[in-house]
Amino acid sequence: MAPTSPPELMLADFSRIGVIGGGPAGSFFAYFLLEMAETVGVRLEVDIYEPRDFSLPGPGGCNMCGGVVSESLVQALAAEGILLPPSVVQRGIDSYFLHMDVGDVRIETPRHEKRIATVYRGGGPRGTPMSDTQRQGLDGHLLKLAVGRGARLIRSRVDALEWVEGRPRTKAQNGTEQTYDLLVPAVGINSGTLKMFVSAGLQYHPPKASKTYICEFCLGRDLIKRDLGDSMHVFLLNIPRLEFAAIIPKGEFATLCLLGEDIDKGLVQAFLHSPVVQEVLPPDWQVPDNFCHCSPKINIGSAVRPFADRVVFVGDCATTRLYKDGIGAAYRTAKAAAKTATFEGVSAEAFRLHYEPICQRIRRDNFLGKVVFSVTRLIQGWERSRRGLLRMLFEEQREGSNRHDMSTVLWDTFTGSAPYGSVLGRILWPSFWGRFLWDIVRANGHRA
Amino acid sequence: MSSVCSEVLGRRYQDGDVIIRQGEPGDCMFVIQEGRVEVLQRKGGKEYCLAVLDPGDFFGEMALFEQEVRCATVRALGDVCVLTVDKRIFMQRMHEDASFAFKILKRMVHRLREMEKVLTHMADADRFELASFEPTAWRADAGNKPTT
Repeated sequence: MAPTSPPELMLADFSRIGVIGGGPAGSFFAYFLLEMAETVGVRLEVDIYEPRDFSLPGPGGCNMCGGVVSESLVQALAAEGILLPPSVVQRGIDSYFLHMDVGDVRIETPRHEKRIATVYRGGGPRGTPMSDTQRQGLDGHLLKLAVGRGARLIRSRVDALEWVEGRPRTKAQNGTEQTYDLLVPAVGINSGTLKMFVSAGLQYHPPKASKTYICEFCLGRDLIKRDLGDSMHVFLLNIPRLEFAAIIPKGEFATLCLLGEDIDKGLVQAFLHSPVVQEVLPPDWQVPDNFCHCSPKINIGSAVRPFADRVVFVGDCATTRLYKDGIGAAYRTAKAAAKTATFEGVSAEAFRLHYEPICQRIRRDNFLGKVVFSVTRLIQGWERSRRGLLRMLFEEQREGSNRHDMSTVLWDTFTGSAPYGSVLGRILWPSFWGRFLWDIVRANGHRA
Repeated sequence: MSSVCSEVLGRRYQDGDVIIRQGEPGDCMFVIQEGRVEVLQRKGGKEYCLAVLDPGDFFGEMALFEQEVRCATVRALGDVCVLTVDKRIFMQRMHEDASFAFKILKRMVHRLREMEKVLTHMADADRFELASFEPTAWRADAGNKPTT
């Protein structure tokens, strides 16, 4: 079958590719493009523009994210031969605690194995102890892999873009000007560079975004081990506008991640002072005056037309999974774009036919995800349903129990380990609701 | 006895621990995160070492493609950390991503080639004296890593 693009829009020996942004999406793209090109005997020249040094602690080297690599991505990468070494993994997660006002329950993975990685995106939060600086962030690790494959790292920001004879030409802050056969924006949605593409006449519209809140508390390894362990701590609290809250243990730090509608200071305070949260944090620990925090934007929609002739957007600036597994979505979109560019060419038509379907699949799944989160919101908002949920989980976690319907539904929802469609499919089973309703009745029986 | 690794993903096994056993059913494959394992096959009352695998190598993948029992035993050589890959995740990626399938296929083809070398060695050893067959002998000269 002939490729989708005309010959002049096919990548050939020494074609030049410019990747703007060295986060996971950009690094994955460069890595897989070079790998696939090698399999068909094409030698490419790939430049990655990334001004930040990901080995630096604090905001200078950070890509602002909760820093959880999902179970499904850890497994997919491992099968591809991409391992996350101990220097990158801050902590392996093997379980999660669900905290509610009606009680707590620990939910373990069926295999009792650490298959979720908590990582730093950069060199760690502000104030990272020297003993931890030998460690690497995920972004630095992936960038190194891409460079190891043959990509060239240009430590500069691209601040201008023009078209020369139908090819994109970039101008970087360090003065270099380059013309490319393919330009790959992988700039996320928090970068100012995104505006450059919006005004470049590409018919590209960035995804809708909402604000989230992430902060890092330095609790120290011992306290983290004692109070948080190797578990993610997820909170289902009836706090308005709060969709999801988690405390994620890492090396010396614990990351607090709040998702919902326009998280503001008041909501953060309400969460931190909730008695349920206070019980999880070390007893004599006080929120410090100064700590590393950020309010990055997160996608709640997808970009319009994230491709054009010789341009393809990957990662967050194209589309991502709703709330969870953004790094997994970056892997999928970057790989699909690399595959299209290698085998089908770099025309808009090639990307429409072979790249867009992956973005669409993520979009459709996000729609189902909204339904899943509506269900969790319903449970969250009604005390009797929270009691029923707790009872159902206790029953499932009892030794010898072979039913884990609710446990796996929550695990996959909160960790991003399975598509939302699969989660919703399980929720819609009549037997699931039958059991849940029965547990609501039993848990609230004495109150009737 | 296996235990969960600290800051290494997967599960830790100690020297001599059996990770999978020949003849047992399996529904997952494994990727070595740290350490080395040996792949052993028992035939005619004797145990042969087919390969020694290193970090990044996988084993047990045959069970994902066929409903057959494990065709070899895999044992830890020293402390090892191994990550389990579920059939569901593996098959999802295989169906969604042809390049993923290609990569797995490539590695399996490479192993088959190496297996041919091992079988030749084994046949030679059998001809002379099967009992004296030393896995280290072929480990030294072959690229090893046949399929499990």
